[in-house]
Amino acid sequence: MDLSKLTIHEAYDLLCRRQTSSRELTRFFLERIEHENARLGAYLTLTPEVALEQATQADALIAQGDGGPLSGVPGAIKDNICAAGVRTTCASRILSNFTPPYDANVIERLKAAGMVMLGKTNMDEFAMGSSTENSAFFPTRNPWDTERVPGGSSGGSAAAVTAGLAVYALGSDTGGSVRLPASFCGLVGLKPTYGRVSRYGLVAFASSFDQIGPLTKDVTDCALLMNIIAGYDRRDSTSLNAPVPDYTADLVPEIKGLRIGIPKEYFVSGMQPAVEKVMRQALATLADLGAEMEETSLPHTEYATAAYYIIAPSEASANLARYDGVKYGFSAPGEDMWDAYTKTRQYGFGPEVKRRIMLGTYALSAGYYEAYYLKAQKVRTLIKSDFDKAFERFDLLVTPTSPTAAFKIGERIDDPLAMYLSDVFTTTANLAGIPALNVPCGFVDGLPVGMQLLGKPLAEGTLLRVGYAFEQSRKGARK
Amino acid sequence: MRISREQVEHVAHLARLGLTESEKERFSEQLSTILESMEILRQVDTKAIPPTAQVIPLLNVMRDDEACPSLPREQILANAPRLEEDYIRIMAVLEE
Repeated sequence: MDLSKLTIHEAYDLLCRRQTSSRELTRFFLERIEHENARLGAYLTLTPEVALEQATQADALIAQGDGGPLSGVPGAIKDNICAAGVRTTCASRILSNFTPPYDANVIERLKAAGMVMLGKTNMDEFAMGSSTENSAFFPTRNPWDTERVPGGSSGGSAAAVTAGLAVYALGSDTGGSVRLPASFCGLVGLKPTYGRVSRYGLVAFASSFDQIGPLTKDVTDCALLMNIIAGYDRRDSTSLNAPVPDYTADLVPEIKGLRIGIPKEYFVSGMQPAVEKVMRQALATLADLGAEMEETSLPHTEYATAAYYIIAPSEASANLARYDGVKYGFSAPGEDMWDAYTKTRQYGFGPEVKRRIMLGTYALSAGYYEAYYLKAQKVRTLIKSDFDKAFERFDLLVTPTSPTAAFKIGERIDDPLAMYLSDVFTTTANLAGIPALNVPCGFVDGLPVGMQLLGKPLAEGTLLRVGYAFEQSRKGARK
Repeated sequence: MRISREQVEHVAHLARLGLTESEKERFSEQLSTILESMEILRQVDTKAIPPTAQVIPLLNVMRDDEACPSLPREQILANAPRLEEDYIRIMAVLEE
């Protein structure tokens, strides 16, 4: 059995049947990381001592018969999620020496579930990017083709799971940062409903969009992780106090009669024709499974990218004002206080972060606030109401996650606008706050293609059910 | 919308963001292109549309003011670049 291909539920079975131990599994992954990480750049920080200690605890728990589905299963965490005592850099020079003294809510929950943390994964600096080339340390490479990007910003998490350097990983999604890498790497990736997963301990980028989400090898693993990380947390004032269902209960391959809308604005010129072909086949599969498919329209889709790239940088410019070299992080000397601030931020931030701080500061500045920021917020209302209307008729919507498969390293890095357009199909879910799931649906020239399922607020279960039915039907087809 | 070098300098100053000469050049060009692409929003009639700042049905979330343990002082101070005894040392805010 190839341990590098294990899913969470397969690892759980092996551990329950005592066919392996958590320490054995953990050692296997640590060794594999040692061989593969230089080539892929998936991890920024490894935590072998923490992992082996957690594995020992998990083995003891399992021996007593007290293990849960995640106990002792090695995973990876994006480096913008705080774990106490472990360096958390956000792939930025400005946080290169920062060690948080506390756990994020998701880490508390994972620890209680018996997690084994292998390390912290690479990302675009402060999660700003679509390719993981914006890391201040080194880029991450796509395991399917190392000349290509893994997508971003959670590219390190996606590459780690894809290459078998972790069983699962957490990422964060502000404008597509879980779904795009999931799509480029052939993984299942979920952006939950805004407020479903606590943001406590997630380094803030754009606070009205940010959500933590799982990156996994299959839909079952995604549901297992959601059972653990979803739920109310009083320390995040935007956390939703709604009951958390058992997401694995939705995993039945039965979608007969579900009404699925296909928004025509997501099938536009500029799409890679081979990607569209794979998508059309996936839609046919869903129809074969008994879903009622119908074309629909989300008329304000074409304004989403512009609205997103005004609002998110505006929120970022405010959130990143805290990095001044006084309380923590990189600190440059200066002639006076203002000079020290300016130099700290000049050397501490990379080009894309600077670009977005500039863009956001401009959009919020006197004379431009109404034309840019307020206008974008009004367009956000229209995008949300497009979805509200569509969900009166449909249980979910299906679109491609990206108009192309993984692009080449260097291809878009000097053209910020081209890079922003990588997110053309993903920012709408963040603008509207709705859940969105990437499910792998085929290949183009050996590169994975993903389809995006968009659901009503808190309807993660419906997305997982459709994703599961689709995944099972493809398994059947391959056999 | 063309963003001049002076505007770039003004915005960088507002954000306390030091930029090199070549960054000023590049940002003036790149921000112009990006903002130009955002002109598309002018096509949308938003006269009767309220802005959306956040998407969840929550308003004025309050919590009880309860005393609870805080993080250990040493751990917080361990991340500070400059210390003096148990204090974070900063540069003078007011001139003499």
